[in-house]
Amino acid sequence: MVIDITEIQDIHFFFRLESFKEIYAILWIFAPIFILVLGITISVLAIVWLEREISAGIQQRIGPEYTGPFGVLQALADGTKLLFKENLIPSRGDIRLFSIGPSLSVISIIISYSVIPFGYNFVLSDLNIGVFLWIAISSIAPIGLLMSGYGSNNKYSFLGGLRAAAQSISYEIPLTLCVLSISLLSNSLSTVDIVDAQSKYGFWGWNLWRQPMGFIVFLISYLAECERLPFDLPEAEEELVAGYQTEYSGIKFGLFYVASYLNLLISSLFVTVLYLGGSNISIPYIFVSEFFEINNTYGVFVTIIGIFITLAKTYLFLFISITTRWTLPRLRIDQLLNLGWKFLLPISLGNLLLTTSSQLFSL
Amino acid sequence: MRLLPGFFLFFRYAAPPARSERTKWFVVMSEFAPICLYLVISLLVSLILLGLPFPFASNSSTYPEKLSAYECGFDPFGDARSRFDIRFYLVSILFIIPDPEVTFSFPWAVPPNKIDPFGSWSMMAFLLILTIGSLYEWKRGASDRE
Repeated sequence: MVIDITEIQDIHFFFRLESFKEIYAILWIFAPIFILVLGITISVLAIVWLEREISAGIQQRIGPEYTGPFGVLQALADGTKLLFKENLIPSRGDIRLFSIGPSLSVISIIISYSVIPFGYNFVLSDLNIGVFLWIAISSIAPIGLLMSGYGSNNKYSFLGGLRAAAQSISYEIPLTLCVLSISLLSNSLSTVDIVDAQSKYGFWGWNLWRQPMGFIVFLISYLAECERLPFDLPEAEEELVAGYQTEYSGIKFGLFYVASYLNLLISSLFVTVLYLGGSNISIPYIFVSEFFEINNTYGVFVTIIGIFITLAKTYLFLFISITTRWTLPRLRIDQLLNLGWKFLLPISLGNLLLTTSSQLFSL
Repeated sequence: MRLLPGFFLFFRYAAPPARSERTKWFVVMSEFAPICLYLVISLLVSLILLGLPFPFASNSSTYPEKLSAYECGFDPFGDARSRFDIRFYLVSILFIIPDPEVTFSFPWAVPPNKIDPFGSWSMMAFLLILTIGSLYEWKRGASDRE
């Protein structure tokens, strides 16, 4: 009896400790982070496979078919191969810059995943400056490119790194101006609020209809930021061998490879969040009045539907990006910079001014 | 199964209005704590990936030709740390001007009705000054012929 009473007293005392709750809260943050990282990894595997299959379809050949059913484990096979390749550091290359360059590219992209809402309110951290975090962190990527180019001690790599950095920073301004126009419309920088502002009229509430020029500028700018064709110059095989990636081998090259697809995925996710009302069921209000409530409730089933819808919309832009890559020819560096500075920048600035005036006159 | 709805609820922490210093700090921490942890975890992920080849490495398989710079099969000609075109530097400087312009536009664009037309028009004056600068740069050909 005495033992029972003291045990019960101990348990009561333990549960009343404040610090226990804080430790529990911190542990509870790890679970979403690990799920997000796992989700991102699986998505990258899926995108690599998608790219191979879609390019095979466009070129009328069969894509990967040996690794796993329909070749779905192709990316895993590639990654494992790269893991066992020799990890060279070029002679007289700067070891620290050379090693950290690819990691910086990957890290800056991975952090941006924390502000994307995959379902209603299903976001790792609902910052009030959500979209601005992405813009700010994606400005770190050119530093990684410059570090890789300079640290390789190779003239071609250096030139490739300079060109890649020039391209990246040139297209950041139109990108940011488009995002600014969207935040003007939704009166908030938080991604959850931007998605909410598009949830009212179903399909017709998308920001795509309110910002058509911004949408097109955003599409072009994000292809240029991700260094996908037609803006592929940093890794143009005929001109610069592999640009800033020339001297890389093994898992560091794998990091660049993964960073490219991560960048593509996050840009496509942002297109859905900013322009397509990602995770809202976009069927107009007239036809399905009971679905209208689903946009704003919690619950496991609703969240899964939200995630599915976001991924379906993202897949559309992934498909468009991959098809564009295998269809259009490459731009020259001066055409590229001219497009960024002399065409997209004035258009996105004009779009911003138009949006401002429409907001002013409707007040 | 009862825990699952709670699990999905955790993802968004509904922040109460900040009334005291402690609640303000709590709100900020609850928004940024996941990102700080996420930053540490992503750092770990990429650094562990970098460190993975070390058990499989061997010192004896490198020789000078393998480690030298790649120049399409020839021996590297001259030093790689040579001069580069000034236009890359110019592009960076010309980026620095519109970048804070856009950053300063963010606080202007977001508040819904709190700035009257006076606020909008004063921002227009700022953008006008920078646009005049951009036009000058265009006409002088600073971003030409790379």
